Order: sequence, then C-alpha cells, then structure tokens
Amino acid sequence: MDNNQKQGQSVDLPKADVLTRLALSDSGFVFDPVTGNSFTVNGSGLAILRRLQQQGTDLAAAVAFLCEEFDVEAMAAERDVIEFANLLRNAFK
Amino acid sequence: MKRDNQLTVAITGMNAVPDNPGAGLAVARCLREAYGESIRIVGLGYDALDPGLHRREYCDSAHLLSYPGSGSDTLFARLSEIHDAEHIDVLIPCLDAELPLIAGLAPKLAEIGVRSYLPSTEQLARRAKDRLPDLAHAAGVACPETLAITHADFFRGCDKKGWPFPLVVKGVFYDARIAAGREEADIAFRAIAAEWGVPVLVQRRITGEECNLAGVGDGTGALLGEVMMKKRAITGRGKAWAGISIHDEVLAENARRLVAALKWKGPIEIEVMRDSQGTYQLIEINPRFPAWIYLSQGVGRNLPALLLSLALDETPPPLAPPRPGMLFIRYAQETIVPLSSFETLMVEGRSALESEKP
Repeated sequence: MDNNQKQGQSVDLPKADVLTRLALSDSGFVFDPVTGNSFTVNGSGLAILRRLQQQGTDLAAAVAFLCEEFDVEAMAAERDVIEFANLLRNAFK
Repeated sequence: MKRDNQLTVAITGMNAVPDNPGAGLAVARCLREAYGESIRIVGLGYDALDPGLHRREYCDSAHLLSYPGSGSDTLFARLSEIHDAEHIDVLIPCLDAELPLIAGLAPKLAEIGVRSYLPSTEQLARRAKDRLPDLAHAAGVACPETLAITHADFFRGCDKKGWPFPLVVKGVFYDARIAAGREEADIAFRAIAAEWGVPVLVQRRITGEECNLAGVGDGTGALLGEVMMKKRAITGRGKAWAGISIHDEVLAENARRLVAALKWKGPIEIEVMRDSQGTYQLIEINPRFPAWIYLSQGVGRNLPALLLSLALDETPPPLAPPRPGMLFIRYAQETIVPLSSFETLMVEGRSALESEKP
C-alpha cells in the first residue's frame, strides 16, 4: 500500500515545491510568497508542515512523527493528518 | 523657486481619489524618498480639487493642464507655458487618457528640453484592449477570449453562440462591467457605448485571484525591476485598497515575454487573473505606473527613481532582490488647503506650494 493511501482513500498533498516555499512562523502564521495567500495553523499543524518541509511528503512518516511528538494514538494521528492534508490541498488548489 | 543643479520633475495624475486613484502622488512620494529636497516636483492636474496638487510634502508647485480632448497643440502650448515657468527636466505622465498625446509630443517636448521615457504611439496601440488577445498570442501568454461587438443584439441567445453568461462587457478605453444576464449586458453595452463609443468588447469572465506586475521597459525588449502584487482588498470599482508583494517566476516570465514582444519603453503595469488552474490570464496592460507603485519603494525597488535615471541617461540605482510579503494598506486622509492656494489654482491655473511650506 502507498504510504499516502489511508483508510482506503488517496491523500494528496500539495506539491513538495509548494510546501517548501511556505514561510512558517512560530506563531503559526503561514505565508505563500508566490500567491500572496496567508493562513494560520495550530501547533500540531505547524509541526506537520515543518516535518513535511524538512522530510518530504510521506504521510505515514508524518503520522509516526505526530504520535511521537504529541503522544497521541496512531488512529487519531492518522485521522488528523488526513484532515490536515485535505485542508492543505484545498488551500493550494 | 528652482535652485542651481536642482532637478525638476513634472508629474501628472495627482487625482489621488479613494475609489480610483491616479498614480501621480505615489510616484511623487517615491521620488521624494529617493531624492529628498534635491528634486523639485511639479504636480500637474486637470482639476483644482485633485488632492495631490495640494500636498506640500510632495509637490513644490502645481499647475492645471488642458484636458486631452482639447488636442495635441493645446496641450503642447500649455506644457511649454509651464516649462517656461518651471524649467522642467523630466515629465512623467501617469494617466491613460493623456498617454497617446504626450507620447506623440515627446520629440517636440525634448526639443524644448523636457525629457521623458515613454513608449511610441504604435506600442501604445498594440497593448490597447481590443488588440490585447493578438499581443498575448504573439507573446505566448494566456488571455480570455474577447470579441468586439457593435450592437447589443449580440446578447440575444449569445449562450447558444458559445458565449454563456456571466460575461465581462468592456469599453475600448475604459470601464468594465460584469453582466450576469441579457438585461445587465444590454445596460452595460448602452452605458459604455454612450461614453466610450463602439465597438464594445465582450470578454469571457475569468474567476480567480487578481495579481498585478509593475516594471519599466528599457525600449530594447528588457523588463527592469519587476514588482508583483496580489490584491488583498478592493474598492467598489475593483481597485486595490490593500495588497501584498509576491514573487512568482511564472508571472515574471509572462511579463518579460510581453515586454519583449512590444519592445516596451517606459513604465508598465500588467494586470492578470490567476485562474483555478493556476494559469495567469492577461486582463489588461496599462502604459504607466499603477497607483500602488509606492509598494515598489517599500520592497526596495523604487521604480519611479529607476525611470528617472533612465530618462536622464544615468546608471539606474541598484535594486533589492524581490521581497514578497510586504503589505500596503491605503487610508483616507484630509488635506487642509488655504483658500488662497485653491483660488490661485482655480483662477491662474498654478499654485506655488513651496512658499507655504512651514
């Protein structure tokens, strides 16, 4: 199974170069210098974005990272990551 | 009063009104910040109530011009008169309607010592709204399909002819209205035809994010100092009230191709819509600086200062690298004008604001 296929559904993230170009602030403020769009994310969203920027767009690895970093169960982390991935995809259509 | 070696620059478009501001005041502000008091700025306007003409920080003196409709000879005579009084070194026009006249007058103005850095009348014509799709095609830039019509009957059953509503109805020179149906399209057609004549342009409506690029063409095909902006808030007429600097190489490359195709000389603003597929659709090309040009100073790329150095055959100042993430937000402010100053401008068509400086 593809690492980016969860619970029978395909989870697409924005392209790696789109994620890489984002300016992330510790406050959770996110700015895309190409489109001029900005939005805010919470602490776990920021952690996932940083992880995706640094380690690539492997969602399974992002889930494992979230479990470790925030002490949550794998199923809950997986659900949150999928939801966040969908939000990101809509934000960067 | 002009001091020895002081540079005098005349700038038009001082109508910094809230819903649709001219760029003149923003250009003057950029030059004042680049040159300080070593530059003398002469504000030129068409109405004594043009706010920029009364801003002492940016205008050392102000003069009224004859409207472009009065013709080329009248405008040249008036500019010559102002030149006799002010000894203008460089003229920077900032309004669309006057550009064809002033571009045509550029050689005569140069003969009397007034420099400019402008496109030719042919270059101006090639970026006009009715010829924009041809230019976009030649430059390999996407552009919404546009049709020139001469009668509102076009809108009867236009969806069956492949032109479904909503459509954008535009004047050849100015004005653009979105029509959701035939009735709105008829009203838009009649209003635009009455003011700007026929043909009227019908354009497929593109939805997306509106971005603008400002720069200076060097006349050989190169685009200098591009600054890009995405609108973050607009006025009722769709003009930027707030915006943020961006940098997208795809947009920059589109702009370079357009400038190269035109061999554009002078200031330019390229208006595009980023559609749902992420493609930049060319909407309009303006032959002047935009009203938001002060953002160029904000990101370290003072384009009016760059233009002035080119007009003077000087080495352009170094430009900072692109700096996305800088916002501008407009605000409304009152300028206090002594009655005497307003009276002089109304009666004599000139006002020496420097004598009123504290």
